[in-house]
Amino acid sequence: MRFLPALLAFMATAWFWSFLPAISAGETRSWAWAWLPDQGVELALRIDGLSLLFALLITGIGTLIFLYTAAYFRNDDRLPRLLTLLMLFGISMLGLVLADDAISLFVFWEGTTVTSFLLVGFDHNRRYARASALQALIITGLGGLALLAGLIILGQFAGTYRLSEMVLMGDAIRASEIYIAATIFVLLGCFTKSAQFPFHFWLPGAMAAPTPVSAYLHSATMVKAGVYLLMRMSPALGGTEIWMWSLTICGAITMIVGSVWAMKQDDLKLMLAHTTLMGLGALVMLLGSGTKEAAKAAVLFLLVHALYKAALFLSVGILDKQAGSRMVDDLGGLRGAMPLSFAIAALAALSMAGFPPFIGFIGKEVIYESALHSAASPLLVTGSALAANIMMVACAGLVAIKPYFGERRAQKNPGDPVFGLWFGPAVLAALGLWFGLFPAALGHDLLEPALGAVTGKAAEVKLYLWHGVNLPFLLSLLTFAAGIGLFLVIGAVRRALQAARVPGAEDGYDLGLAGIDRLSAWVTRSLQGGRMTVYLKLSFAVFAGVIWMAILMSNTELSRPDFRVPLFQFGVVVLILVSTVVVTFTPSRLIAICALGGVGSGIAMLFVMYGAIDVAMTQLLVEILVVVFFAIALLQLPRTPISLGFRPFDMALSVALGLGVIVTLWAVLGTELNLYLTEYFEKYSAPKALGRNIVNVILVDFRALDTLGEVSVVLIAAIAAVAVMRAGREARK
Amino acid sequence: MDFLFVLIVGLLVTSGAYLMMSGHLVRFLYGLALFSNAANLAIFVSGGLSYGAPALIAEGEKAPLEPVANALPQALVLTAIVIGFGLTVFALALAKRAFASEGTALMDDMRSAEPRAED
Repeated sequence: MRFLPALLAFMATAWFWSFLPAISAGETRSWAWAWLPDQGVELALRIDGLSLLFALLITGIGTLIFLYTAAYFRNDDRLPRLLTLLMLFGISMLGLVLADDAISLFVFWEGTTVTSFLLVGFDHNRRYARASALQALIITGLGGLALLAGLIILGQFAGTYRLSEMVLMGDAIRASEIYIAATIFVLLGCFTKSAQFPFHFWLPGAMAAPTPVSAYLHSATMVKAGVYLLMRMSPALGGTEIWMWSLTICGAITMIVGSVWAMKQDDLKLMLAHTTLMGLGALVMLLGSGTKEAAKAAVLFLLVHALYKAALFLSVGILDKQAGSRMVDDLGGLRGAMPLSFAIAALAALSMAGFPPFIGFIGKEVIYESALHSAASPLLVTGSALAANIMMVACAGLVAIKPYFGERRAQKNPGDPVFGLWFGPAVLAALGLWFGLFPAALGHDLLEPALGAVTGKAAEVKLYLWHGVNLPFLLSLLTFAAGIGLFLVIGAVRRALQAARVPGAEDGYDLGLAGIDRLSAWVTRSLQGGRMTVYLKLSFAVFAGVIWMAILMSNTELSRPDFRVPLFQFGVVVLILVSTVVVTFTPSRLIAICALGGVGSGIAMLFVMYGAIDVAMTQLLVEILVVVFFAIALLQLPRTPISLGFRPFDMALSVALGLGVIVTLWAVLGTELNLYLTEYFEKYSAPKALGRNIVNVILVDFRALDTLGEVSVVLIAAIAAVAVMRAGREARK
Repeated sequence: MDFLFVLIVGLLVTSGAYLMMSGHLVRFLYGLALFSNAANLAIFVSGGLSYGAPALIAEGEKAPLEPVANALPQALVLTAIVIGFGLTVFALALAKRAFASEGTALMDDMRSAEPRAED
């Protein structure tokens, strides 16, 4: 069972491989299913050269990683959960690179974010893992929202959500006024996902995940999603100054920061995580250059990096498993005990350092060549590529030489691992050598169609191991010399870097989070302080605000009120008004109850006058009962204080509310009344319900269920009231 | 007369809100009673007023012969009155109980559900 995911991934790899001849001949394949037809959203998939390259990386490396995971967690009952999450991630990632519909792409993009969150927090009983998972989720999740905004802007402008159609409209998009906004949002999405400066700090934190997860998500696949989208959108958004400089500068900074911080690490896995930053930075920087050469270098380096980085992560996992540590100072002289592991690490590291005849060498040559002709700034691009590569050589030495040479050091008795653990990294490392020796087929079959998708036109990729003695080659020689020199003093460099306390972008993230915590604490304290009058004031204020907003936003004209009223009716009105004022201000409970009764019976009189006899009767009965109940309850409640206190705010709020109600109600009365239901009831009361009192017929016949509900409410209120009193009695006992 | 009804509703709402915000349990109850009266009256008046014409059908007739008061809002107000009554009685019981267990009628000092933060 535990090898099932690996098998499935292998079958998927084979399936994608079968597309290779057609795709490399320049064809594409696409499928589409309606998803939300009303919204114009489809589940559209499309395989072109770029998608195929990524799909092969995802499924191919996925096969090896799943195999490795099954061996790594062999005796761990969390294995099914881990494999399930990894599979879910793999599916999301595949969907992401295959999606041709922007909304589908976003859904899969978020799928990778969520599965990454779950995988980083896999050791959920460790506080650090949880914090790292949350950090990755917040950063990439916010980036995802920005990306959605960017994609929607683009989709609305282009009139289509098909990426393949958007990229054909590049000139129109670049000339339009939405270009800047769309680009910024898409870049935010890509930069957060691919951990570009200043969002780079979540990636090292994500190393809290188990090693196979880090190898798969955080080096070979997920973090490349941003790079993938940059490549995909290059024909639509690329080629402008803002695109060129933001990619070049952010990429270069990420590359340098990643390389320098890599040398600072004691933990080999963390060091690899930082070199991943270097790789991602290099890719983004190359994509910024805008030349075809640079795009070619990016596509090639993507593959190179995925191969060696996954292999190295897995080999650090082997060290961790077999030698009991991945701290650089805890390991040494393991070459004899673990010859196979050493061979794998050495092959992968040689590719990383860019030595011939590995594919890494070709990758580096091509990078130098394109950097020298960068459209942005050849000096900046070449300089930072050179500096980063020198540090890569030193880091490669650190991971492949330090643990295996010198005095023997290990935390437990080391030895080569089981097949499942060494097979994956061995294949990856061997591929690095194979592609280096035979680069032509790779270039033609796999990279050429991918490059075509990135540049938007047909391209040719001819790769050679030997380029002749030219400037890139000389730069390579310089890289080796300086890199080896740096490796010899790496211990001192590391200690020096560790001694220096440099503030990072992470401090900003921490400050931001702490600020949000404080803000929400303050909001909660001020809105929900436990004072009931505050709650009431807030509720009334919102009520008044809503009413006044409706009044001010509408343009209803109010008619002039008519005060010509018979004296008798006027007397009733005055009775109600005076009683209300008395209730409000009297300190005496007896007078207050009487005045309440006055209000109620006055209203009952109004009902009688205006043809509502039944209502008036009910009102009168209820009013009597209310007065009785009030009297009973007040016997056990304390006296009211003499003064209400002068509360200008409450007074203003009440008056605002009352005025709002008056204006609204008056405006409602000015509109035409819809008498449809009334006429219906008048017409059918006698013939159908055989009743001559229309109000009664409505209550007991037409709307009998309503009345039943009303009776139930009163009953429930009565039961609840009794229960409350009972509870009071028992509490006193 | 319409406008006087509206005026009464407005005053009932104003007084009701002012009493409810006073922070004293008994005055809160007065306010609640006034509010429920205000609601009833508002429903009634918004159906249109017609003086002295109850919605009745004379014996032997199939429908009212002359225009009568709008029956629909009356039916709604009847329901509203009864529900408001249930609410008032329950609030009275709750208030009595709250005073008995909290020992105060000042609403801001009733803090059993949300105890005061350390201050």
